[in-house]
Amino acid sequence: MKKFEAVDYFNIIDLLNEEEKLVQVSVRTFVDAEVIPIIEEYYQEAKFPFQLIPKLAELGVFGMTLPEKYGCAGMNNLAYGLVNQELERGDSGLRSFMSVQSSLVMYPIFTFGSEEQKMKWLPKLANAEAIGCFGLTEPDYGSNPNGMIAKAEKVSGGFLLNGAKMWITNGSIADIAIVWAKLDGVVKGFIVEKGFKGFSAPEIKKKHSLRASITSELIFEDVFVPDGNLLPAANGLKAPLMCLNQARFSIAWGVTGSMLACYDSALEYAKTRIQFNKPIASYQLTQDKLVTMLTEITKTQLLNLQLAKLKDSGNIKHTQISLAKRNNVEKALEIARTAREIFGASGITSEYPIMRHANNLESVKTYEGTHEMHTLIIGEDITGLGAF
Amino acid sequence: MKIVVCVNHVPDTATRVNISTNQKTIDSNGVTYVVNPYDEFAIEEALKTKEAVGGEVVAISLGNETNKETLRKVLAMGVDSAVLLKTEEAMDSLSVAKALAQEIKIQNTELVFMGKQSVDYDNAIMGQYVAAILDFNIVAAATNFNLSGNKIIAEREIEGGKETIETSIPAVITAQKGLNEPRYASLKGIMAAKKKVIEEKEIIISGNFVNVIEMKKPPQKAAGKIVGVDASAVPELVRLLKEEAKVI
Repeated sequence: MKKFEAVDYFNIIDLLNEEEKLVQVSVRTFVDAEVIPIIEEYYQEAKFPFQLIPKLAELGVFGMTLPEKYGCAGMNNLAYGLVNQELERGDSGLRSFMSVQSSLVMYPIFTFGSEEQKMKWLPKLANAEAIGCFGLTEPDYGSNPNGMIAKAEKVSGGFLLNGAKMWITNGSIADIAIVWAKLDGVVKGFIVEKGFKGFSAPEIKKKHSLRASITSELIFEDVFVPDGNLLPAANGLKAPLMCLNQARFSIAWGVTGSMLACYDSALEYAKTRIQFNKPIASYQLTQDKLVTMLTEITKTQLLNLQLAKLKDSGNIKHTQISLAKRNNVEKALEIARTAREIFGASGITSEYPIMRHANNLESVKTYEGTHEMHTLIIGEDITGLGAF
Repeated sequence: MKIVVCVNHVPDTATRVNISTNQKTIDSNGVTYVVNPYDEFAIEEALKTKEAVGGEVVAISLGNETNKETLRKVLAMGVDSAVLLKTEEAMDSLSVAKALAQEIKIQNTELVFMGKQSVDYDNAIMGQYVAAILDFNIVAAATNFNLSGNKIIAEREIEGGKETIETSIPAVITAQKGLNEPRYASLKGIMAAKKKVIEEKEIIISGNFVNVIEMKKPPQKAAGKIVGVDASAVPELVRLLKEEAKVI
């Protein structure tokens, strides 16, 4: 098979600094060598490639923007974005694994945790001695997390936790769960450890999407959580929403990787697939498809670059992240579907990555804020009128 | 122990290369450069040796400002420091070998690793030249390497088999694929590399011993011939293979 080439029509690589370029090359090489050769099989068999976890830890991708004192690389958000992009070029499930660990587990501990909690957990999460998951969504509360039923009650020495969380990436394999529940009506964050009595995490099976990723339900039945496991600085729904902003940033970058994979395979296929004695790339309809894909990829790359620069400057607005997540996922899905048309029947097989990316993106479109919710978040921002 | 690893900055093998207008060099516009793949095995072995016996690893690269990209990557993999022998001139293998040998002497080392060849010009001569100039032993195209005190036990691939050889330092080891699995530059390594030094030294050469007269691309392949689409074409195909292609 031809070596993957990441299209960069506007020489965006020239806008990256030396470290950012090195990070991109290193993770891309990793994905070429370790992910691409095995991922289709894992996806087909609905297995997570566990053997990649220590290797990713050695690369240093978990919590890579956090300070060195916690065992992390201390890199900027642009580099983090690039890592998301490169990993999702492999598979969205792998990127999800990394971005949950980094954005939804390490970030809240770093941001809302005590120094003791940070020293206890962050180095372990960085080297993947511990795996984490994040529980906000509930069976009956998705877009409306404020309605959550999960409840914590103060008892001597800690809290009693009750409730259920749904669609939790990494749930069944997690050593810790960052769980959001109401304490006296206020949303609070708890570090729930595997093995706490009354805590279980059954896996959700038979998925058609994100098959190389573990998705679970979290169930809490009178789970005693010690005082030391409450995140002291998280008060109210704003805290988990801040975490989601981190994850949405990862998604906006990640799906660009899916786009690059679909475009690269579709271009190569179109140039070599002969119909009516000519490569299908020579036909105007196919060229239109390829050019539309390239144009959307280029726009996404430029959008992401500025998104990361805003994040690194500290001046980012959550609505800007919503716009990027909303746009990029939709365009990635369109690109995957267009690629599938170029491939014809071959596009549905595991010989090519197209259908896997298309199916994964169906989940990405509705997780971490559905496409519609992001529309309404931006709509409210520009009109001043809330529609939800 | 101080260990030197020589690294080259070469076009990615997947890059389409064009010849520049003077027809003596390649046109570097639009070409992606990478660490010479065989040198990555050399770097890994140098790092593993350092981890086993202690000391430091110094990378040396000869070329222009752009070689710093390769040196940065090498530093991110864990090499301790780097020297860039700077020149804008096109140099032949012996001139490069002399310049590398001179720097290796300055580094005062007895163990040098490099790839068995660079994938740009494929002369596959550098290790042997450097060893000869320095009067070092040479293990060419090593697939296994062990250092115990001054003694080296190494394996080489030979036609149809393997040979195990014994020699001692001072030595140059050239790395063959299979010697090891090169590590990835980790994110922490990339950050640490920012603080490491690339020492730059201008080098002047007295003139090449081998000069390129001309470079050209291979002639374009002629279009293929379709003699038919079913079994009825077989006799004609056999005739053409016999009479025109003369391969059967």
